[in-house]
Amino acid sequence: MTIRTRRTAAIAAVGLLPLLAACTGDDAPGEQQNTPVPAESGEAELSGTVTLVTHDSFALSDGMLASFEDETGLTVEHVAAGDAGTLVNQLVLTADSPLGDVVYGVDNTFASRAVAADVFEPYQPEGLDDSVTDLVGAGLEGLTPIDKGDVCLNVDTAWFEDQGVEPPSTFEDLTDPRYADLTVVTNPATSSPGFAMLLATVDAFGEDGWEQYWADLSANGLKVTDGWSDAYYSDFSGAGEGGERPVVLSYATSPAFTVTEDGSESTTAALLDTCFRQVEYAGVLAGTDNPDRARALVDFLSSPEVQADIPANMYMYPADSTVELPAEWEQFAPLAEEPFDVAPGEIDAHRDEWIEQWTATVVG
Amino acid sequence: MTTSSSGGAVLRAPRRRSAPATWAWWLLAAGAPLLFLGVFFAWPVVALVLQGFFADDGGGGRVLDLSGFGEVLSQPRTWRVVGQTLAQATVGTALSVLLGLPAAYVLYRCRFPGRTVARALVTVPFVLPTVVVGVAFRSVLAPSGPLGFLGWEESFAGIVLALVFFNYAVVVRTVGGLWERLDPRAEQAARSLGATPWQAFRTVTLPALGPAIASAASVVFLFCATAFGVVLVLGGMRYGTIETEIWVRTTQFLDLRAAAVLSILQLVVVTGALLVSARLRARRERALHLSSDLSAAHRFSWRSAADVVPAGVTAVVVAGLLVLPLAGLVARSFQGPDGSWGLDNYVALGTTGGRNALTVTVWGATATSLRTAALAATIAVVVGGLVALVVSRRPRSRGLRRAVGTLDAVFMLPLGVSAVTVGFGFLITLDRPLGFDVDLRTSGLLVPIAQAVVAIPLVVRTVLPVLRAIDPRLREVAATLGAPPGRVLRSVDAPLAARSLGLAIGFAFAVSLGEFGATSFLARPDAATLPVVIYRLIGLPGAENYGMALAASVVLATLTATVMMVAERLRGDAGGGEF
Repeated sequence: MTIRTRRTAAIAAVGLLPLLAACTGDDAPGEQQNTPVPAESGEAELSGTVTLVTHDSFALSDGMLASFEDETGLTVEHVAAGDAGTLVNQLVLTADSPLGDVVYGVDNTFASRAVAADVFEPYQPEGLDDSVTDLVGAGLEGLTPIDKGDVCLNVDTAWFEDQGVEPPSTFEDLTDPRYADLTVVTNPATSSPGFAMLLATVDAFGEDGWEQYWADLSANGLKVTDGWSDAYYSDFSGAGEGGERPVVLSYATSPAFTVTEDGSESTTAALLDTCFRQVEYAGVLAGTDNPDRARALVDFLSSPEVQADIPANMYMYPADSTVELPAEWEQFAPLAEEPFDVAPGEIDAHRDEWIEQWTATVVG
Repeated sequence: MTTSSSGGAVLRAPRRRSAPATWAWWLLAAGAPLLFLGVFFAWPVVALVLQGFFADDGGGGRVLDLSGFGEVLSQPRTWRVVGQTLAQATVGTALSVLLGLPAAYVLYRCRFPGRTVARALVTVPFVLPTVVVGVAFRSVLAPSGPLGFLGWEESFAGIVLALVFFNYAVVVRTVGGLWERLDPRAEQAARSLGATPWQAFRTVTLPALGPAIASAASVVFLFCATAFGVVLVLGGMRYGTIETEIWVRTTQFLDLRAAAVLSILQLVVVTGALLVSARLRARRERALHLSSDLSAAHRFSWRSAADVVPAGVTAVVVAGLLVLPLAGLVARSFQGPDGSWGLDNYVALGTTGGRNALTVTVWGATATSLRTAALAATIAVVVGGLVALVVSRRPRSRGLRRAVGTLDAVFMLPLGVSAVTVGFGFLITLDRPLGFDVDLRTSGLLVPIAQAVVAIPLVVRTVLPVLRAIDPRLREVAATLGAPPGRVLRSVDAPLAARSLGLAIGFAFAVSLGEFGATSFLARPDAATLPVVIYRLIGLPGAENYGMALAASVVLATLTATVMMVAERLRGDAGGGEF
């Protein structure tokens, strides 16, 4: 890229994308930032590459990252590190020699571990909507919420209609003998939705009660698989691939993908009283050589353009609830109104212990 | 059978003259692969394991802490997991060899129409992504499936079947590759002296095949001992192995202390297996009469029980174990979400999925896969070929012989060490490899290199039995007649090794095409390979994504089969007449 086009691009970046203006602003807002970063002056040109490290589910529409590159003069290198847990552990291991400049995809169940290992350089874009800042969990103040989603049990509504049985609606229902041998979930040790459900039951039944719940659920013919694909496609009757169980652990958004051809209804539904809220964050990696570029990229990820692009590409809700959602989602994939929740610090402190107790209870 | 002493005496004079140059070449041939393996395997693994054995001393320094051993080794679960690993690997290996031998005979010793296609078909399972195989097997073994009556869902038997499914090709091809060039005259002589076909097989052919069988068995054992996805998918939660424990400890808990102890346990198991295999091979090792043309194969005969029985066994295995799970998969790939038949899923491969499930089209990923595999196979064949060449020699000094044996075993280790350990090891070592200021971790080059590390042992095991079986007297004669060492290699080793090299290239290509473990760490999404894309698709809800994932799997399978067929054709028809 020649100097001239680079300068043009830099001017375009400053002029056209107000959200990128974090690099031209005066003070970083709020007390949340432990080390407010002195803003760079406007004439600083952005150029070169910025490396974005994500989990393997990151995707944006064609041309989305390219438009960021055009507007800023930066080149984005994208590296995907594996599932959410693998991503965080890799960040912790490489804290002294970071894999890139920005990370996206650290979620509220793993983030505390990364914060404790000083993986991040605190940064939040200016002017985030309240709906976004509300998602910042305790201890995660240096991170920027990008999207959210609910892990919930899903039911095959057609199956229950055919059988003339009322579908279950709560965790307690599933231990009812009427629903014996109908449920398939995933293993919390190997799958993040599995761990999310474990957390939901911790919140629902308390630290003293959740083990008993799983013992009852297990006694009622629970099936556990190692991962989501296996549970959904091999065991869940609602996926239409020959599975035999009408209750599966999945996401609140899943029913939007089983809509009938005429678009009038979905053959599956999420049980909104069984949901755990996941929030995924972006952050600047400590030790980056390019903090300006990194911040520009975080600004971009929280911009309205990207927020609006998230549902179609990542199957998650944008963090910013002022952004319009796809029509199908409004209709078939609403989020839970009162999802279960466990504080990030609690999760990190008890992860191993809870998974071990769960294994002892359910696997034996 | 080995070098006669008189031959050695004759040789000494001409060799002494060229000794320094020859030595330099051999050192280079052994040193270059060692350097490669050191940087891209040993160093990352050792660094990660050490990280588990050093704890913070509270003052910013690190102290050695071996308490993890006591903790992990005192848990009953650890020993259950070790037992499970050994049982699964032993049974899986035994069954793969037992079922693979008849197929090696039928596919490499008999001529019949469709043989090339059949050879290619048995290789397909070897590269299929485990998540797809898991789905295919579960649909067969589920209570409603065609084999549901066996009650093998979530059972040890189910895991073993899947292990045989993956590793059948390793036995068939490794053993078949040697068998087809085995001079039939020894067996014919035994027969004409009155031996029954079975006696002739047991006393003449089987011992001759020994090294190839031991080679194949050691590879299969390592594959079975480190099997990961298939154990999780088919075994449910009860059948944890050392490998699955390392994976959970490392990627989910970041419990490097326990992972390091488990890695050491895994190394002990793997080294034990390699020692046993080396001993078995050494006992059987000897020069064989190899013919470099294919005259050893005969037309398949319906009248001969020696042909019909193995053919029957092979047919049952291929139909029941390979075709049955694959057929369901292929059929489903031609079905739309509403169950109607059509090519919709294949048409969709030109897109990034109905709802932008992917960042590249499946065809784009296919091109990336082919490019990556070509690079990985080149590296693997060069490095593995050098190793095989060095290891195939039997130096006179005992120390050197031992060194050669160790080299052989060391290059098998990448198959026996967890991909997670290697992948995480890359992270903490390759940010500045050898002090060069190149962050290899996020460069696109790491993927073919990681794939090559896994493919090298297969190249060595494929080429080595053939090189070792070359009668050393052939080389000695050539040397006595004044041929310099390079000429000996060219005129004696090369023509015979060329055929197995074709097979080795095919294997390396196939391993690389199907590799997922290392590829999934630090993959560059704009350069996603086919398996990565398949995992992504099958990890999303929606019948369209599922259909696309299966269609992409069929493409991967077809691609592999084609590569294997081409590799077989590539095999040198040159040479042969030189001795």
